[in-house]
Amino acid sequence: MLMGLYNYWVVVVLMMIGFYIVIAHGNLIKKIVGLSIFQTSVFIFYISMAKVDGGTAPILVEGIKQYSNPLPHVLILTAIVVGIATTAVGLALAVRLKEAYGSIEEEEIQKKDNLDC
Amino acid sequence: MLTHLPILQVIVPLMAAPLCLLLTRSRLVWLFTLIVSGSAFLISILLLQQVMATGTIIYELGGWNAPWGIEYRIDQLNALLLLIISGVSTVVLLAAHTSIQEEIPADRHTLFYVLYLLSLAGMLGIVATADAFNVFVFLEISSLSAYALIALGKDRRALWASYQYLIMGTIGATFILIGIGLMYQMTGTLNMYDLSQRLPEVENTRTVFTAFCFVIVGLCLKLALFPLHLWLPNAYAYAPSIVTAFFAATATKVAIYLLIRFTFSVFGLSFSFTALPLQLLFLVLGLSGIFVASTAAIYQTNIKHLFAYSSIAQVGYMIVGISVSTVTGLMATLLHMFNHALMKSALFLALGAVMYRIGSVKLNEFNGLGRQMPYTMAAIVIGGLSLIGVPLTVGFVSKWYLLIALIEKGWWPVAVLILLGSLLAVVYVWRLVEAAYFKPPIAGRETIKEAPLSFLIPIWILVSANIYFGIDTRLSIQVAQAASQSLFGVNP
Repeated sequence: MLMGLYNYWVVVVLMMIGFYIVIAHGNLIKKIVGLSIFQTSVFIFYISMAKVDGGTAPILVEGIKQYSNPLPHVLILTAIVVGIATTAVGLALAVRLKEAYGSIEEEEIQKKDNLDC
Repeated sequence: MLTHLPILQVIVPLMAAPLCLLLTRSRLVWLFTLIVSGSAFLISILLLQQVMATGTIIYELGGWNAPWGIEYRIDQLNALLLLIISGVSTVVLLAAHTSIQEEIPADRHTLFYVLYLLSLAGMLGIVATADAFNVFVFLEISSLSAYALIALGKDRRALWASYQYLIMGTIGATFILIGIGLMYQMTGTLNMYDLSQRLPEVENTRTVFTAFCFVIVGLCLKLALFPLHLWLPNAYAYAPSIVTAFFAATATKVAIYLLIRFTFSVFGLSFSFTALPLQLLFLVLGLSGIFVASTAAIYQTNIKHLFAYSSIAQVGYMIVGISVSTVTGLMATLLHMFNHALMKSALFLALGAVMYRIGSVKLNEFNGLGRQMPYTMAAIVIGGLSLIGVPLTVGFVSKWYLLIALIEKGWWPVAVLILLGSLLAVVYVWRLVEAAYFKPPIAGRETIKEAPLSFLIPIWILVSANIYFGIDTRLSIQVAQAASQSLFGVNP
């Protein structure tokens, strides 16, 4: 049970690490990193669910009976692109925030905002 | 040509977006964007007519049969949403050229229109597609452009609001992705119709239950259901006025559409409302949303903040409508989606006009504006009345049906609470009216003129729609009723 599903354990552990970083850290760059880890865990989840033991790529070759499901692998290519775009936009915003507030710490930005009000 | 309408609906704005970069002059790009959005509006009208006449339209991309290929499926619910999104987008765009002169640096005007079209294409795509993974992709297209659009705001707080929205939005979208993955794992299909056929066989497994929870929580983050609404007020308050008017009317509606689609169509009514105590959950969260957000709205001094909180409260009404889980309840939700889009786009566009003339939307800056900008302020008053739910405005129609649904169900206490919630709306709208009409103009600002026609025309188109659909309710009720009945599987 524990060993047979070890890929799912990896997914869950990565997911929780990423999620925890996003919530607990005040540094904007670390938050983005956490978000990336969180998303990566989902990629691994999709990839491992489509893998069949002993299966190969779905190309018709003599003597091969078992194939992995290619669809989730293709889906995740799209999701990876989306993930990269999200990271890029997030980091770009962090740069702009640094220019505007002179800090990338959540607390300091919040403090400067409260002074404005 | 007519048979390709479902794909044209999405592909026209999507393809037009990069083309904007070729036209460098701001006015030219604006005209181009307006034409594109207008043709999307035209397509959505044709689609609605076609759906109401002949029933669900199924379009297979590239001729590949579902469930192998991606399928677009337009029924009454989709057609209504497409109409709301493209219609509001077009009217709001009429004012865009004037508004962004003041709010966005000239060298970013072209990029603004590119992002706007991408966001529009994303939202239309979410609604048109019948493929669960396609939903995620379009969701991210519209969200990523939304983050960038919000960050274009003049205030530096726009950046911070956009960043927070990015974090929350991405968590929500990733939750939805996990849910879709788990569904695929159990059924081997991504087509929504196919999913709805295959899920019942495996619905007693924990995997399907987990998938359901992930999808619901992810969507509730996206639709800003209390207590997952924290990203919304700042994002709406600091975004450029045009962006706020567009998103306030459409972004949360698209997420509510997905919630309805997943609970009613994909997972099926009997599973959705028994696997989780969804009815109680939505009722309690919806009502607390109405009261907490309306109360918060009363204490805001930034009027864009005020109406952003009111948006969260209005989402509460829609969720209460879903929780009733009867044909009339869902119909009230759909009507309120349509009506709220009309009210909030009118209100935020009028605030955009105030922003254009005064450069601020703080409450104390509104003193005496009733006489200086009579048409703009009159629009805000009518929009506010509609928000409260005064008869002869659209707000009345949807609240009326919500009350009927609650009374049919025998939920009297809830009906009373809904009415009390409307009273809170009276309070926050009154604060604005008091400042604008009963306080003297601020010294040194006697020369403030009425907003230019490029603002007044779209504002009053939306305000007249608020009144027209409050009196002649045939179109909105007919469509909402048909959509609601088809979701419940009742034959009209």
